[in-house]
Amino acid sequence: MGHDTAEWVFVGVVIAILVYVGVDSWVVQKEVEEVPADAEIIKVTAQQWFWSFEHADGTKEISTLHLKKGHAYNFEIYSKDVMHSFNIPDWVVFEDAVPGHVNHAWFAPDQTGEFPIQCREYCGLLHYNMRGSLIVEDDKS
Amino acid sequence: MVLELKKPRPVWQIMFSTHHTDVGLLYTITGLAFLFMGGVLAMMIRTHLFFPGQNVLISDSVTFNRIFTVHGLTMLFLFALPVANGIGNYLVPLMVRYKDMAYPKLNAIAFWMNPIGGALLWLGFSDTSWVSYAPYSVIRAPGPAADMMIFGLKILGISSILSSINFIVTILKCKHPDLPLRRVPLFAWSMMTVSLMTLVAMPSYAAALIMLLTDRLGVSGFFNPTAGGDPIAYLHLFWFTFHPEVYIFLLPSIGMMYEIIPRFARKPLYSQGSGVFAFVMLGLIGFASWGHHMYSTGMDFTTKVVFMIGTLAAVPASGMHVFNFLATMWGGRIRFAAPMKFAVGGIALFFSAGAGGVLNSAMPLDFISHGTYWVVGHMHLFLTGTIAFGFVGMIYYMFPLITGRMYSEKLANIHFVGMLWGSVQVFFTQHLLGLEGMPRRVYDYPAEYTSWTQLNQIATIGAWILGASFVAFLINLIYYSAKGKEANMDDPFGIGGKYYYPYQAKNPHHVGY
Ligand code: HEM
Ligand SMILES: [Cu+2]
Ligand SMILES: [Cu+2]
Repeated sequence: MGHDTAEWVFVGVVIAILVYVGVDSWVVQKEVEEVPADAEIIKVTAQQWFWSFEHADGTKEISTLHLKKGHAYNFEIYSKDVMHSFNIPDWVVFEDAVPGHVNHAWFAPDQTGEFPIQCREYCGLLHYNMRGSLIVEDDKS
Repeated sequence: MVLELKKPRPVWQIMFSTHHTDVGLLYTITGLAFLFMGGVLAMMIRTHLFFPGQNVLISDSVTFNRIFTVHGLTMLFLFALPVANGIGNYLVPLMVRYKDMAYPKLNAIAFWMNPIGGALLWLGFSDTSWVSYAPYSVIRAPGPAADMMIFGLKILGISSILSSINFIVTILKCKHPDLPLRRVPLFAWSMMTVSLMTLVAMPSYAAALIMLLTDRLGVSGFFNPTAGGDPIAYLHLFWFTFHPEVYIFLLPSIGMMYEIIPRFARKPLYSQGSGVFAFVMLGLIGFASWGHHMYSTGMDFTTKVVFMIGTLAAVPASGMHVFNFLATMWGGRIRFAAPMKFAVGGIALFFSAGAGGVLNSAMPLDFISHGTYWVVGHMHLFLTGTIAFGFVGMIYYMFPLITGRMYSEKLANIHFVGMLWGSVQVFFTQHLLGLEGMPRRVYDYPAEYTSWTQLNQIATIGAWILGASFVAFLINLIYYSAKGKEANMDDPFGIGGKYYYPYQAKNPHHVGY
């Protein structure tokens, strides 16, 4: 029946779109998760309700993180209490901080400036105010 | 035979009845009462977010957190499930031509667990968010609120298992021998699908709730890392129940649209077979995608890919429903009475919601949308845009059947326009807020992000329009069920020709394959 053909065509088109979305996501995600070998480790620790950071050389910062343009950074994300989610929206850095687990996210800023850091997993009373900032500076060395 | 309200009866006769139409009414009325209560909370949340940095309505974040938690719990467990069960109770026995539900007493017990569970949720007023992620819900959430929520949800979970058993037995065992299963109307098919899904899905959350409780009491440490447990285990147990559960919320409303659309398009359904197939497919594949809520928990690449494929695989089945509706309406002489308006509006929003869902399931895009207002917009396009639209349409549709009177078409029109306009304005705007990076579940946001302020204000105005439209609904429900014009019971909607009630055996609208 002509009717049935229409439905098959419709389902075929839907499946084709889904296959495209799936394959494209696979390719992009694969690329995104390829961490550069020279990425510097930054330890990020979440706790109610602020962020602390530790650079590879041992310097510590609270709430504000200073990084250098043109370097790759690999965040090692910890939580001391409940679940949080480490997020720098402008750089699509996003990964949960789960107590008892170590998670990773990396990026390589190619632009200087100040960017917000926020928590994107509900973590209680001051979740809305668990904010910080990332300052990307020119590498003078 | 079904005109419950035509002959006034004392309220307790309905309350202590075990007859399926009475229990159905109780479910529906309770569900609607909770819809209005949950709606008030939603209006408070949106109004509060109109201005950044100000204490409009809600002056501290604990209260705000409690409000969005109870809003979510109410709409899902005390509105969406009970109304589906109510309409199911009312119509399923009629559709399978049996005198009642298979186990009438069990049915009444399952209903009465709802007000009890609801009271626990509302009196506790927990702040855990509806997902109650561990370890927050274990080590930080204040009692007794969180414990009351656990008990409340436990009771509601048992209730939904009991009513599922009842629907399955009623449909499979009690249907009239002359009625082959494949010809059972699609609304009953949708109730059977979600009942079977409930039996498979619910136990994992039921276990998780007990584990939460013993963890909170300190006698176990399943989800508590300081006691050697793992919060990720909670997420798996939770989403194994709740991804399938989103289809359990959805499918009854799709089933209702299958009742409404052919009738008002004055054409037989395009394909009964395709509808049955799509229900069963969703019921199976719905279990293969729970991990899409957990992409950012540190899941490895391969696992993410598996869950993405599982999620995408469920989409064609949803698409088949849309096709079935459109093909049924195609070339029909459509009568746009209230039920049809809501059904068609619901289909349009269902389609947009599904398109957004596909974007969520794409792994890289989910790292942009997860945990933001995008997800809030996504789920509300389903929960309000599709489910509430289907329910409201169905309630208008059953209005003359239950009350013997007509609602006011003018008020229904105001309700429809306000609800559609409001839904589009608030939920599409929430998608944009998500793209701007605004996290969900926040009491306040920085005033320096002017785009956040603007979008929040647009969303809030949309929510007010949506909320206001429900005043029209309320007047229709209360005033017109008592004082409305007597309905022409042969053709209440002026469709022309003989009007077939949903349950009528020779209903030509059910044949179409
Ligand atoms: C085409 C079908 C659908 C697809 C592809 C889909 C996909 C998704 C994905 C990938 C997420 C995760 C988003 C995130 O948190 O990052 C999500 C969240 C959600 N979806 Fe859907 N979805 C679909 C249908 C539905 C339906 C029918 C409902 C409800 C009736 C629903 C309700 C929800 C809810 C409540 C959440 C968020 C839960 C939370 O975190 O609080 N979805 N959906
Ligand atoms: Cu947080
Ligand atoms: Cu899901």
